Amino acid sequence: MAKRISVIDVDLCVGCQSCMFACNRRFAEAGLARTAIFVQSTGGFEHGFAVKVCRACKEPPCVKVCPTGALMKREGGGVRLDYRKCISCGNCVVGCTIGAIFWDEVLDKPTVCTYCGYCVSYCPYGVIKLEEVEGV
Amino acid sequence: MTEASALSKVLYIDLTNRRYWIKERGDIFKECLGGTGVAIRLLQEECKAGTDPLAPENPIIFCAGYLNGVFPLASKTVAMFKSPLTKNLGESHAGGRCGVAMRMAGLGGIVIRGKSESPVYLVVNEYGVRFKDASALWGMSSSSTVGRIIRERETGAGVRAIMRIGRAGENLVSYAGVITETFRHFGRLGLGAVFGSKKLKAIVISGRGSLILKDARGYRVLYDELYRNFTKTTLMKKYHELGTPMNVIPLNVAKSLPSRNLQRATFEGAEALSGEAMSERFLGRRAACAHCPVSCIHIAALRVPYESEPHFYKTKMISYDYEPIYALGSMLEIRSPEGFLQLMDRVEELGLDAISTGVVLAWATECMERGIVGPEETGGLVLKWGDYRTYIEAAERIAGLKGGFYEALGKGLDYASSMYGGEEFALAFGGNEMPGYHCGLATHLGFLVGARHSHLDNAGYAIDQKLNAEGRKAEPTEIAKMIFEEECWRQVLSSLVVCFFARGVYTPEVVSKCLSVIGINFTPADLKGLGESILRDKYEFKFREGFSFDKLRIPKRVTEIPTPQGPVTEKDLREGIKSFEGLLKGLKSIENR
Repeated sequence: MAKRISVIDVDLCVGCQSCMFACNRRFAEAGLARTAIFVQSTGGFEHGFAVKVCRACKEPPCVKVCPTGALMKREGGGVRLDYRKCISCGNCVVGCTIGAIFWDEVLDKPTVCTYCGYCVSYCPYGVIKLEEVEGV
Repeated sequence: MTEASALSKVLYIDLTNRRYWIKERGDIFKECLGGTGVAIRLLQEECKAGTDPLAPENPIIFCAGYLNGVFPLASKTVAMFKSPLTKNLGESHAGGRCGVAMRMAGLGGIVIRGKSESPVYLVVNEYGVRFKDASALWGMSSSSTVGRIIRERETGAGVRAIMRIGRAGENLVSYAGVITETFRHFGRLGLGAVFGSKKLKAIVISGRGSLILKDARGYRVLYDELYRNFTKTTLMKKYHELGTPMNVIPLNVAKSLPSRNLQRATFEGAEALSGEAMSERFLGRRAACAHCPVSCIHIAALRVPYESEPHFYKTKMISYDYEPIYALGSMLEIRSPEGFLQLMDRVEELGLDAISTGVVLAWATECMERGIVGPEETGGLVLKWGDYRTYIEAAERIAGLKGGFYEALGKGLDYASSMYGGEEFALAFGGNEMPGYHCGLATHLGFLVGARHSHLDNAGYAIDQKLNAEGRKAEPTEIAKMIFEEECWRQVLSSLVVCFFARGVYTPEVVSKCLSVIGINFTPADLKGLGESILRDKYEFKFREGFSFDKLRIPKRVTEIPTPQGPVTEKDLREGIKSFEGLLKGLKSIENR
């Protein structure tokens, strides 16, 4: 069954970025360059935070704008990226309506969530959860 | 990508000529870790003896450390400069996002020199520095508006810090602070005034880099262990739940909470302004510094009606902490939390340091009570305990330099009391206004001998609290030793740069392990030696700039009001100061280590 990272309640988010650092640690690196989940304030800390992460669309707009078929639909929702086919055009970043595809400046390739759920175990407040894509 | 062990880049910014360059300074980072340790070295290099704190020659230095961006709660940045308040060592630590942003932009330090001809704000990221015109931002009444405008104009959302000053900084008020991420501060000692003197309105720093670890596997294991300690144990409970205001009730019960300019050590409004009550009635949101799951930032939502217009309200989001509740609540006998929050809000917008502002106003109120100053000096204002509306107006006048009395208040208590009298109840230590603890000898000795004259230098109050819990007292020499050891160790924490709230987790052994996975070798004993060296370096700077333990002024008031540890005497304080001085002078400097 296909899983995805769900944002359960964004108002619980304190902007600590633990999820972002966790995502980056998958590559055994400290920092933020390769994170596929992103937290930012919605106009200052006082207004709370937005969590940007791939929600595993059934009809992903990023796939539609990928000219080489590098981004492919994953069964059950969401996408997989074949780096070999990717020409670094950046269409997917623009094409993602919710801004959940990021750019790896070093590889010059997009960073897309792989739905592994590693970030979830570092969210101290249960903002995000790994769950089955609904209706599959 | 860089190796996490390769922390070395110092960004030099020359505001006079609008130039910048990067220098490799791996030498000092390897030796002193970053943060305070590197900042004091850079300050020694940059700041000549006798520099006027408000002259272009006074540098502003920011430093991150090895642990920023690598381990949780390493979320702080150290700023160093010569203080316009004490005319001596200026050091200030802020949370928010600057430390991590600097590290993620590949920087270990930033040195700002010179003075811009016209108001400027800086944009710093991995691509370099941009000098942007800030003329339209200069003179704005609200520092948060400045933040909003820059937030909309610049990139880096989510991974940036936006440091800015308010009117108080522009007008060179000696204890003006620098606000970052709306709710965190480089407070105390007047960094805001140094910004103002350089016509520097704001700095945006952003970065999204990654760091490679020497022991990647060990890193993840250690990270998980620390993360568990921070989130699954009770170690961080107090910061996490009620935040620092959880101290209000215990300090009040222990008769250690100064009120009415320390005419008393209890506060009748303690219940209403307690962490519990503030949370129950006002807490609107919690927020965290970068890479910190604790989220100690508590933000009140205050709904305020417009008096001129029915059915019209505004809702202000105002962060509160223990120290501002003490200074702008208890010290001024403001028992109404709504009143406290409104004063707090204005102080933030003006960019004043909350502690200094509250303590200065408390002194001014007592002066009025005693007839030392009258409406003639105060420009018609009648300062009365609890009258927050008048205090808001007074804060406005301090920040705006409106009249000779307010100008004097804006130079700090040592100056104001030297002009108007009332020194015996002018609560400043080493030129810095008193923090919110009256717990005993260690508290006040800590304020006097701490390199920044701040409660965070050595947490003397915690020693008093510990002694109370053990039901004993200690001799001044023993207390001096405890203070000294704590202050030495804190130099290491502030070099990494980890939050002092995490000190229970970042023990010498743990810090040594953290550095080891990065690829830096320091044994716990090395770290201890380094802490001593850094403190020694800081004091060398202080001595060079005219600091003397003998010249420390002890405000008589602190000896008049008993503490839970009994009355504090001048004799014991002097003895403690002597002991501390002896310990300090017994240290070898870093070169001879």
